[in-house]
Amino acid sequence: MAFAFAAFCYMLALLLTAALIFFAIWHIIAFDELKTDYKNPIDQCNTLNPLVLPEYLIHAFFCVMFLCAAEWLTLGLNMPLLAYHIWRYMSRPVMSGPGLYDPTTIMNADILAYCQKEGWCKLAFYLLSFFYYLYGMIYVLVSS
Amino acid sequence: MQSQMQFPSGYGSHLPNYSAPSGHYSQVPNKAAASHLDNQYRASYYPGYYSAPAQNVMASVGSNVLNAQESQQLYNNTPPHSGGSSDRPVQGAVSSASYLHVSAQQSYSAFDNHYSTSVSSSVASQGFPLNSDQYAMPVVSGAMYPNVSYPPVAAGSVYGQTFTSQSLPAVGQFKETNVFSSQSTSVVPHSLQQHVPVGYNTTLSTASSAQSVQDNLSRNLTGSVAKVNNQINTGGIDSSQPVRSVSHNIPFTKPGAGTSASSAVMSSVRSPAPSLSSKPPSSPSVAQSPELALQEGMQYGGYVNNQASSAPAPLSSSSDDEEEDEEDEEAALDSSSTTSSASPVLNNYDALEGGGYPETRSVTSSPVPSPSVLQSKASKPFGYGYPALQPGYQNATPPTPVQPSNPGHHPGFQHYPQQYPGVNQLSSSLGGLSLQHSQQPESLRPVNLTHDRNILPVSSVPAPVPNLNSDLRKLNCSPDSFRCTLTNIPQTQALLNKAKLPLGLLLHPFRDLTQLPVITSSTIVRCRSCRTYINPFVSFIDQRRWKCNLCYRVNDVPEEFMYNPLTRSYGEPHKRPEVQNSTVEFIASSDYMLRPPQPAVYLFVLDVSHNAVEAGYLTILCQSLLENLDKLPGDSRTRIGFITFDSTVQFYNLQEGLSQPQMLIVSDIDDIFLPTPDSLLVNLHESKELIKDLLNALPNMFTNTRETHSALGPALQAAFKLMSPTGGRISVFQTQLPSLGAGLLHSREDPNQRSSTKVVQHLGPATDFYKKLALDCSGQQTAVDLFLLSSQYSDLASLACMSKYSAGCIYYYPSFHRSHNPTQAEKLQKDLKRYLTRKIGFEAVMRIRCTKGLSIHTFHGNFFVRSTDLLSLANVNPDAGFAVQMSIEESLTDTSLVCFQTALLYTSSKGERRIRVHTLCLPVVSSLSDVYAGADVQAVVCLLANMAVDRSVSSSLADARDALVNAVVDSLAAYMSTASNLQQSMLIAPNSLKLFPLYILALLKQKAFRTGTSTRLDDRVYAMCQMKSQPLVHLMKMIHPNLYRIDKLTDESTIHVNDRVVPQPPLQKLSAEKLTREGAFLMDCGSIFYLWIGKNCDNNFIKDVLGYPNYASVPQKMTQLPEVDAPSSERTRSFISWLRDSRPLSPVLQVIKDENPAKTDFFQHLIEDRTEAAFSYYEFLLNIQQQICK
Repeated sequence: MAFAFAAFCYMLALLLTAALIFFAIWHIIAFDELKTDYKNPIDQCNTLNPLVLPEYLIHAFFCVMFLCAAEWLTLGLNMPLLAYHIWRYMSRPVMSGPGLYDPTTIMNADILAYCQKEGWCKLAFYLLSFFYYLYGMIYVLVSS
Repeated sequence: MQSQMQFPSGYGSHLPNYSAPSGHYSQVPNKAAASHLDNQYRASYYPGYYSAPAQNVMASVGSNVLNAQESQQLYNNTPPHSGGSSDRPVQGAVSSASYLHVSAQQSYSAFDNHYSTSVSSSVASQGFPLNSDQYAMPVVSGAMYPNVSYPPVAAGSVYGQTFTSQSLPAVGQFKETNVFSSQSTSVVPHSLQQHVPVGYNTTLSTASSAQSVQDNLSRNLTGSVAKVNNQINTGGIDSSQPVRSVSHNIPFTKPGAGTSASSAVMSSVRSPAPSLSSKPPSSPSVAQSPELALQEGMQYGGYVNNQASSAPAPLSSSSDDEEEDEEDEEAALDSSSTTSSASPVLNNYDALEGGGYPETRSVTSSPVPSPSVLQSKASKPFGYGYPALQPGYQNATPPTPVQPSNPGHHPGFQHYPQQYPGVNQLSSSLGGLSLQHSQQPESLRPVNLTHDRNILPVSSVPAPVPNLNSDLRKLNCSPDSFRCTLTNIPQTQALLNKAKLPLGLLLHPFRDLTQLPVITSSTIVRCRSCRTYINPFVSFIDQRRWKCNLCYRVNDVPEEFMYNPLTRSYGEPHKRPEVQNSTVEFIASSDYMLRPPQPAVYLFVLDVSHNAVEAGYLTILCQSLLENLDKLPGDSRTRIGFITFDSTVQFYNLQEGLSQPQMLIVSDIDDIFLPTPDSLLVNLHESKELIKDLLNALPNMFTNTRETHSALGPALQAAFKLMSPTGGRISVFQTQLPSLGAGLLHSREDPNQRSSTKVVQHLGPATDFYKKLALDCSGQQTAVDLFLLSSQYSDLASLACMSKYSAGCIYYYPSFHRSHNPTQAEKLQKDLKRYLTRKIGFEAVMRIRCTKGLSIHTFHGNFFVRSTDLLSLANVNPDAGFAVQMSIEESLTDTSLVCFQTALLYTSSKGERRIRVHTLCLPVVSSLSDVYAGADVQAVVCLLANMAVDRSVSSSLADARDALVNAVVDSLAAYMSTASNLQQSMLIAPNSLKLFPLYILALLKQKAFRTGTSTRLDDRVYAMCQMKSQPLVHLMKMIHPNLYRIDKLTDESTIHVNDRVVPQPPLQKLSAEKLTREGAFLMDCGSIFYLWIGKNCDNNFIKDVLGYPNYASVPQKMTQLPEVDAPSSERTRSFISWLRDSRPLSPVLQVIKDENPAKTDFFQHLIEDRTEAAFSYYEFLLNIQQQICK
């Protein structure tokens, strides 16, 4: 059963990571649009902010799944990102709603560049982890 | 002879004089004419503001205007070389038609003089493929404002503008670059001179122009006259003495010397003109010689007049033997020179070299003109033929009418002797060398900070002049509107990083200007790819194409742009006002509107809780409003409304037709709604009586209230709902912490932590309610201005958000009480007066563009950033300043100049859509020492202050303080490492940065950043808000106040403003060592003046100036100086009012005696002294040195 659960975890993570990849791409596009003046920062923040928590929760969710499945290596690989997410959300600006992005500071070149970089890094990480989960899933299935 | 042709037929009696061989003629300035014309001119530019005088004048000027046009037309037909014959009728027409106005007549004749001096210009010699009917230089200046028109002066516009254009530059250029700027224009005359008959030596002297400019400026810019005069004088000097003007008003003239020198001249001046002049000229004198060089000078002279005078120029004639007198006069003119007079050898040299003007240089030590004089030679070789043009394409361009002076820099001329001593000494020998060679060593001259104790200049610090050629320099934007921290832009980001100085701009885009070319044109010419507005720094590839100076795209010149309506000439795109002025305003077409221009809408949201009534601000506000109701900017659509709140929100129905105002109370503050949406904001004019009734009743309506709560949040929500259909301005008056409904706040300040040296918390907002509200308001084009009048902690950090992000402004009056704190009450009164009557722009956006390769990093100020280079400003006011951090993304190696352009699109209070465009051009350098040479220390400090505010909010105050200290340490260390020959044991700074450590220390001791001294959180946050939103001049006074000793004011080194003598005491170091018990000192902190009276101060001074018999009887709370009829009192008052006139907010004066509690306020500004918690200046230097050596 244990192996089946691990395989299930990987399968689920695979699907969810695919979703996260879309989140990351969306994020990158959104900030690119901001940088090239296509969108008003208020609108952009309003569309981005609701997506922040779901993304973090999805990631946290399959971290918990891996914890339950005792996939320590996979969990270890995901821990830094989980910690980063927690830190990032703790240090968000004063906001009443959910989300991270403040329309008044988002256009600051430093913050904009940081968010873009963050988007690219996450995309790379999710892509790599996607293939890792694929490998992990097959490995678990085969080794069982 | 041309001299005759210039001469109006009505002036027959002067003919003999004109027929003198040298062709001189004279005319007497008429001050009345000057002021009339100025008025008219003002009318055309600032109809709203100067309308009263202007309209009176218009009627009478109108007829004259026609003549002017007529004469222009005639000129159009005049072939270049035969001006004389066809000119006469024109003159006749002018003079005959202008009996109505003698003054006008004179002015026309002067005007015609411009034409005639240059009608003979051979255009071909300039290399322009021009038509024969084109004018040369003077016309060019006339052509500056082809479309510049303002409806009421339809016919007059052309004429008026012509004059305008002439009067603009004198003021503007000076301000802008501090350089005398007739160079490029002068060039034309150079090329013209061959065609000028030798006998034709007409010169316009500028005595009256001085007056006229003075008139022009006096109302707003009193102090600037000195500069103008200075320029005029130097103009004369530059032009190798043909133009020599001295007037009583010119401050540089030492009365004795000036008059005596010119007395010989005066006789010839006056004789021809007695009938003309109601006020004979003080002593306009012109010396001319038939030499070629002097003819050049003559042309200059004409030009000088062009620049300086919008009024009849007094023409004076003199003969060659008067030259020497002239020289003496020149010597006498400059205040600081020894009276060496020019040597004849140099004169010869001048004549030979054509344009060196060495005698001027040796004579004058008012060096302002010198740099440009030096450069004139350098700039001559290029710039006249079309193809070889520099990016800025200059040809005979009249001066940049950049804006009037910035008050803060009036005394600037006094610095120049310090700044360019090298130029003066070397000038005669270096003749043609460009300024670059002599200037740079000066701004790079190493200053040993630990040894040199007197680094403070005598009067205020001037803005450095970009090291451009003189043509570009005089076209450049005024440093008052637009300043860059590095006037030499480093080529690469790597070089910038090495210099360790921040790169950024400081903007004051909506500054009150007295002169601004306004352009009405159906097509506004802009680059097709980057949308840059056409500006003086673009290059014309040929007649039909121009190259954008920001993105380098080649654009077509539209057909309409080829035509110059003022001169009615075709094919001179480079002479359009857009290309002649770096600051212009366009009247925008409907393409620039998203909706019809909104009316001016003002909503007042007033706290009427017990606390507020107790403080008594309502009385002051209502009084102010009643007084200024008619002066509120707006048109017939202006609307106004009032909301009051305590624990409920009260609305006032002021609908026309009601017998008295109706109060509507909404107590449901959780779900606020508008009781009658239509009648709360009412037309100011239709309901004026009701509004007045309300304002009279309001102060007493709540006197017995027991309500202590404040529902600010709900009131703001209601205000937003009320304003959202139109947009406009919400003015919020709040006296305590909001305690009810949405946006309620809790006290976060721990009084025990006020003097903590460790962590200062709560600099950021506690809630985002106010920020969101501000963003909503901003989206609906509504700005929220906050007046916080509280005696207790009110969490300004949170409240300020409502103004910060809606482009509002913030005023804070700590411990405000109407009777207990008269200083604050007076301040509120004065601030309100300014606030209610100042110009306002609605639904504005500001875009900042810069040359490809540069990009904008961060903005500072009150606004909402809508995209990378676009700021959304719901309202823009003339007191708002902005700062921009820049970064260099691509290397700038392939360009030698970079440009920055800000375009502010706004709706004026009259419902006009307008675009104000400023363009700044700066050189690019590749060496580190050049970067240091161009550093603008004040701009650097202001930008650092802005960055430090951000840092203290986002990180911590300690971080921000460290960053400030590191900024000095790093930049000085970097500088010292470039100069290898310096001893490491000394602390050396380049001359340009010598004040850097002092200013940073001042910043560290400023309320915003100080630690260890008890500072209330609100005070600290307010200081931070000010740093973000104040323009540079005001911010510098906040950081480093000016200290003057005023008990011994003398008449030496005074300047004259409006017939008033203004003494100019030297700046004192901000150190207690400078204070003596025997003296009285005035500290100018920008928003407040402290007058500190020493215990043993001379009783005469106390009696004369303060109006009390002795020190003991001077009261504690004294805020006004009595008008005593004694010279020392007069001097003091004129000095103080001169300081006051130079800024929009009239500061409050506070007299401080030794035992006064306000003493600490005064002493904490003595930043060079050691305090318990902070270094003295010397210790700070040692500390820096230590850190560098580490």
